[in-house]
Amino acid sequence: MSYGSAGNALPLNNFRTTKTRYSGIFAWIFSTDHKRIGILYLISILSFTSVAIVIGLLMRLELIAPGETIVKPETYNALFTLHGVIMIFLFVVPGLQAIFGNFFLPILIGARDVAFPRLNLLSWWCYMIGAFMAVLALFTGGGAPDTGWTFYVPYSVRTSTNVSLAVLGVFVLGFSSILTGLNFVTTVHRMRAPGMSWFRIPLFVWASYSTSWIQILATPVLAITVLLVAFERLFAIGIFDPASGGDPLMYQHLFWIYSHPAVYIMILPAMGVVSEILPTFARKPIFGYKAIAFSSLAIAFFGYLVWGHHMFTSGMSDTARWIFSLLTFLVAIPSAIKVFNWVATLYKGAIQMSPALLFTMAFIFLFSIGGLTGLIQGALATSIHTHDTYFVVGHFHYIIFGGTGFAFIAALLYWFPKMYGRLYRMKPMYIGWGLMFVGFNALYFPMLILGWMGMPRRYYDYIPEFHFWHVVSTIGSWILVSGIILIAVEFFRARKHGEIAGDNPWGGVTLEWHVPSPPPHENFDVIPQVTWDTYDFEHGLPEKTAEGASHP
Amino acid sequence: MTTPVSSFTETFDIIFLALVIFAVVTLLLITAIMIYFVVRYNRKRHPRAEPIHGNTTLEIIWTVIPLLIVTGMFYYGYEGFRYLREVPEDAFTINVVGRMWDWTFEYENGRKSDKLYVPVDRNVKLSMTSLDVNHSFFIPAFRVKEDVVPGRTTYLWFKPQTVGPADVFCAEYCGQRHAYMLSEVVVMEKDAFDSWYGGEADSSPAAAVETAAAPVEETTGFTEEQRERARKVLWDNGCFSCHTTDGSENLGPSLKGLFQKDRYVLVDGQERVITADEAYLRRAIVDPDAEYVKGYDGVIMPPADDLSPSELTLIIDYIQSLK
Ligand code: HEC
Ligand SMILES: [Cu+2]
Repeated sequence: MSYGSAGNALPLNNFRTTKTRYSGIFAWIFSTDHKRIGILYLISILSFTSVAIVIGLLMRLELIAPGETIVKPETYNALFTLHGVIMIFLFVVPGLQAIFGNFFLPILIGARDVAFPRLNLLSWWCYMIGAFMAVLALFTGGGAPDTGWTFYVPYSVRTSTNVSLAVLGVFVLGFSSILTGLNFVTTVHRMRAPGMSWFRIPLFVWASYSTSWIQILATPVLAITVLLVAFERLFAIGIFDPASGGDPLMYQHLFWIYSHPAVYIMILPAMGVVSEILPTFARKPIFGYKAIAFSSLAIAFFGYLVWGHHMFTSGMSDTARWIFSLLTFLVAIPSAIKVFNWVATLYKGAIQMSPALLFTMAFIFLFSIGGLTGLIQGALATSIHTHDTYFVVGHFHYIIFGGTGFAFIAALLYWFPKMYGRLYRMKPMYIGWGLMFVGFNALYFPMLILGWMGMPRRYYDYIPEFHFWHVVSTIGSWILVSGIILIAVEFFRARKHGEIAGDNPWGGVTLEWHVPSPPPHENFDVIPQVTWDTYDFEHGLPEKTAEGASHP
Repeated sequence: MTTPVSSFTETFDIIFLALVIFAVVTLLLITAIMIYFVVRYNRKRHPRAEPIHGNTTLEIIWTVIPLLIVTGMFYYGYEGFRYLREVPEDAFTINVVGRMWDWTFEYENGRKSDKLYVPVDRNVKLSMTSLDVNHSFFIPAFRVKEDVVPGRTTYLWFKPQTVGPADVFCAEYCGQRHAYMLSEVVVMEKDAFDSWYGGEADSSPAAAVETAAAPVEETTGFTEEQRERARKVLWDNGCFSCHTTDGSENLGPSLKGLFQKDRYVLVDGQERVITADEAYLRRAIVDPDAEYVKGYDGVIMPPADDLSPSELTLIIDYIQSLK
């Protein structure tokens, strides 16, 4: 079966070739086109991410044996801080939302751009400036921060490393997130094409919309909190540091009031992507559209109320602990509902295997492990032991990497032909998947075991009993990374030399498949009149491909 | 010797195992069904998809059943937790002080130690606080953990059921030597504990300190008694967090063989060579910043202002004896 369709050249008039006021790189970094901004985010985010991946590898290498292997403890502490800060604040928080949200959200609802294109560009600049400040913090002042990405007070106030600049960087990054959220909420409310009713918008848009609300409402809490940390360091204002009359637990509350919902900022768009990919490759409507849409909203809402489960051993009151435990169990329900609906979507489909679908299936598997290990940590009796151990490290990598990370690659595999107009070869992607899947589990499953055995997190060194599983884990990291490299290289090749993809290589029905690949500037010549439900494969297929190569 | 267990170890293991079994079964079910669908409804075998939009009954079933299951999980988790938080009245209380990067245990009779000695089959309550940053007191073998926070007192309790030593870890990141903020809980038979607690000669706190720092040292011209007193002063003032007496590097230079050695120091930014005589040692302890030994960039040694003159002399003598 051939994926490529009509023609052997990209459309002449696409968003990359459009003439603008500026030329060269300025035509990109000053562009207000949501698609160009999406690509800007893609490039900048992936650059930072590759640094964080290398740091992750170094950390694993250090841990391959007890004692000093390649770095000193202070370097190791700076490495895990950097790995966390980059991965969280520069990759997974903006991640899918800023890249695919920017590129596809307007197209998916039949709009020409987001509601505030210039604000959108400002968001990217905030991202770059914040990132630059965080990077600058490594080389100035007392050197690279060594607090962990959580910046817990009093240590973050005591350490001589350059925490102040780093947290100010996070402050600026927060604005990027808030502005993107604001923009997307307005866009979804105001810019839907005629006929695109609330229950016709694709589920990625629902997820992105829910995420936007969290960005708007939760990020300011983080902004204030990190600002107070900077003030505490500079002026000893005595908010968090007990040495000057503050309360370290208050810091933890404020920090997690943002950072727990932030987990949903990271995972919701990934869930949205999964909900797009499954119907296309199963060629049937998503199972339980409303259940999935409402569960996104439920997650966004309940996600606010469970921050305390990061503090089960913090010294917080016992009453607060059991209430947070109960709420944590409740927030598991909407996620479970989604998983059941995704699997049910495959029932009686006409399923075509593809790398994007395979990554989506891996997402469901790995995310389930993440969710189920989450239950063990939600239960108080077991959480007391696993808290702050490698069990937690394993758990959140299953959620964030196995979930968001795998969905990120799935999204790229799914939408790459639309963004670049070209197709990659399937074989390297399948092999890359295999390496990643095996490597991932070899890397992170041992962490669950280590945590159960009692290995605390953020340990530079460990007792000999833990050695074996650390070796397995480090070997896993090499396998995983070889898969990532293989996939990255193939994408890199395909973006210039891949086969021409055509408008609709997968036979999808949502609006992005109704426009050329890559889409023209402003997406639609005529704003479409939407007369069919999303994922309606009987009426929704674009005319051109209705009888096209990929249609059975 | 096998790792001892507490009265909570088994409860934890049962709840943990139950949750793991549930997780594995659920995971395998979901995965098996997913793979079956993908194979069974492959486009070659099943070219026409059926446009099913959903099923309300199913939605209700798979909302309500998980809801019941997680409520049950919450309940058992809560029950186990309640046991952990309700300290029996007769518990033997020990104060725990955490600081970067060691633990001190203070007993009711004034005895101090760097290892947690406890009698078997007795309820023990730890009343904990920190002198600097957040730490977390974690005994994996007993399945208990609680953060140790400056400015407040937190607690945990356990009842050890078998004798033996078990690891104690700091589980909350606390800076450079977080991974070395280790100790041991030593569960002893009642008699052995009583004689330790009553202060038999060979188990004085200083002796306990010694095992922690595990010194490999040769001392000359110094009595055993003086040596123990000196080490206790060093211990009480936190010097061992940064210095060793066995020649190995820590955050600061080792104190072994220091006396009469040439030291490269920075004085107001200027490099100098000074022989480490008695006066130098005195200055190095009381005003460490004035002559800063090269090669320890970034680590600031706190000036030891709490030392009495006699204590100061004692440790200087001790350092001189470390050949
Ligand atoms: C926070 C870690 C830290 C603590 C705690 C600490 N020191 Fe130091 N110490 C250092 C460092 C770093 C140096 C080298 C830099 C300098 O000279 O200040 C040093 C230097 C010294 C020297 C000079 C060594 C030489 O090589 O010339 C002596 C003597 C000394 N310390 C004794 C003590 C005593 C006694 C205590 C306890 C009262 C103590 N230190 C507590 C970090 C520490
Ligand atoms: Cu600690």
